[in-house]
Amino acid sequence: MTHKARGGRLVGTEALARVEGEGAMYVEIDGDEVRDVRLDIYEPPRFYEGFLRGRAWSEPPDITARICGICPVAYQMSACAAIEDAFGVDAGDPIRRLRRLLYAGEWIESHTLHIHFLHAPDFFGVDSGIELAAIDRPAVERALELKKLGNRIVERIGGRAIHPVNIRVGGFHRLPTRREIAETREDMARATDLAEAVVDWVSRFDFPDFETTHELVAVQDPAGYPVLGDRIVSDRGLDIAVGDFDDHVVETHVPHSTALHAHLVERGEYLVGPLARYSLASAALAPRAAAAARAAGLGTRCRNPFRSIVVRAVETLHACEIALDVVEDYIEPPAAHAVVEPRAGVGHGVTEAPRGLLYHRYAFDAEGTITDVSIVPPTSQNQAAIEHDLWHFVEDNLDLGDDELRRSAEVTIRNHDPCISCATHFLDLTVVRS
Amino acid sequence: MTRPRVAVWKFASCDGCQLTLLDREDDLLAVADAVDLVYFLEASSAPDDGGDFDLSLVEGSVTTPADVARIAEIRRRSRSLITIGACATAGGIQALRNFGDVRELMSIVYATPAFLDVLATATPISDHVAVDFELRGCPIDGTQLVEVISASLAGRRPVIASHSVCVECKLAGNPCVLVASATPCLGPVTHAGCGALCPGYNRGCYGCFGPSDSATTGPLTEVLRATGLDDAAIARLFATFNAWAPGFREVAVAAPGGEQR
Repeated sequence: MTHKARGGRLVGTEALARVEGEGAMYVEIDGDEVRDVRLDIYEPPRFYEGFLRGRAWSEPPDITARICGICPVAYQMSACAAIEDAFGVDAGDPIRRLRRLLYAGEWIESHTLHIHFLHAPDFFGVDSGIELAAIDRPAVERALELKKLGNRIVERIGGRAIHPVNIRVGGFHRLPTRREIAETREDMARATDLAEAVVDWVSRFDFPDFETTHELVAVQDPAGYPVLGDRIVSDRGLDIAVGDFDDHVVETHVPHSTALHAHLVERGEYLVGPLARYSLASAALAPRAAAAARAAGLGTRCRNPFRSIVVRAVETLHACEIALDVVEDYIEPPAAHAVVEPRAGVGHGVTEAPRGLLYHRYAFDAEGTITDVSIVPPTSQNQAAIEHDLWHFVEDNLDLGDDELRRSAEVTIRNHDPCISCATHFLDLTVVRS
Repeated sequence: MTRPRVAVWKFASCDGCQLTLLDREDDLLAVADAVDLVYFLEASSAPDDGGDFDLSLVEGSVTTPADVARIAEIRRRSRSLITIGACATAGGIQALRNFGDVRELMSIVYATPAFLDVLATATPISDHVAVDFELRGCPIDGTQLVEVISASLAGRRPVIASHSVCVECKLAGNPCVLVASATPCLGPVTHAGCGALCPGYNRGCYGCFGPSDSATTGPLTEVLRATGLDDAAIARLFATFNAWAPGFREVAVAAPGGEQR
């Protein structure tokens, strides 16, 4: 879709492909000047925060999983963290280790999907992972095997890969059997080798020189690389308790856009996700992931969104190592879940979804009935930064023809793996009408 | 021989049912060899070429005026149309708006509801166009998905059991959680397909596959009351991913917000 507009160029797509959910891109250029850049969201809203009101405290893990079929575990983990915070429940370290194992499975399957089926086709100039298989079938077969091994963790620990059934506030409905732990150990021994090969494969792609300028924000995890935790930090000195999220993050309207964008108070746009986690905590990577990152030419920080594919591969390997660590030194929790006694109050929770920090807040009455909910997914937080990156990328590449510019601009969006299904229950939106 | 042209479409949903196709790691390349996946926006940037489709798989429910026109066009261009999952088949969790006032929900979630161009309801695809087969589940089961694709392309009826989760539980050898531990369970009225997953994890079925063909909820609600649930809690059990499905709808209507319904 290319139109001439007011003597300038209008380069856009009506429907972004290889992202989760429905969105479009709008770029308006007048001569040498970029007039407008928008990531339009037309995914219809589903009103989760509305219909969660009046539900019981036990329901959000099952219900909020349905916000996203790609990262349901993230919704379940952030919901549990927030509800346990409200009720003063400590799930205990053995449960937290099992949660890390489950989450590792989701990181492996989600990252492997994005790397090979959503992102890598851009580096090969093809439309899909299936077309990629015609060029490099072993790489796609390796990806399918690795993705399956990640999914199998979620199936064993969670019951099924999409919308797992075994997660509840306080822990799990039932603990994994010895056999499930042993099988996972075999799987992860294989998965680490596959993931190592993926890092090497993606590190050989050609990456444009481009650096994002945004503040990088992630959960601070006392156990190492960011997954679970109750503080939020940035590379520019932000260091807040999760309970203060609402005081530091505001959503505002941006000119020429109908979508609400998240900003840090007095600090501006920010980015969550792999680049943020890696730049804040690369020193905490597991040994083989750290070595693979070095061999792939990543420094201690990475601000090039095109290289996020390498960071995702490194994080996939890290997740395999973490999963292996949990199953090799498996500590059986004393019970499948902690005792949960509801009380009136407000709870906040954050965890690291594959796409970045995912925040939940719940308010309860004395019976544990939900009176208010706020959910801020990673893509909502990243949207302003993605548009900003897009704007600068277009400015720097005005000499490209429309088709090439559109293709490259789409890639700058896919660099961030936006999950529009997640974001839209929250964002304002309008239908694009040209 | 030209390969059958298959398209995957998305309406209001979480993407999980179409992801089920990409999660068939052992079958995906074989499926891609057997059919021409001509339109599958989550997985491919190949644009709609304007041609017709031998099979359209449709995820999600109809929630905007644009959706109404789009599903009609998809139907016109598709020899066979199969809905995948609870959203497309029963409206999904977003169909909870059907019980109340969508404007109130909009004002809770959005600062400027006037910007929203949405319908007051979230409805299944079959409310709008003829559907050749409805595959249940939130999410669907991957083996069943491969079966419906194969059956559709072979021109036969898919072999999908229509009995209840209770039957699957017996086949799996699970003790009955409702009888053994008075755990509330929707297994007796829920459509099979998951393999009786939840009872295998020490919890009751929560109805992701929607009502079974012969579901009668009346007797079950009596049993659920005997487990200690009050009427509001029973209503909430039914008021989730298949709340708008006939069979569940009548019980779900008493869930929170029911006073305005």
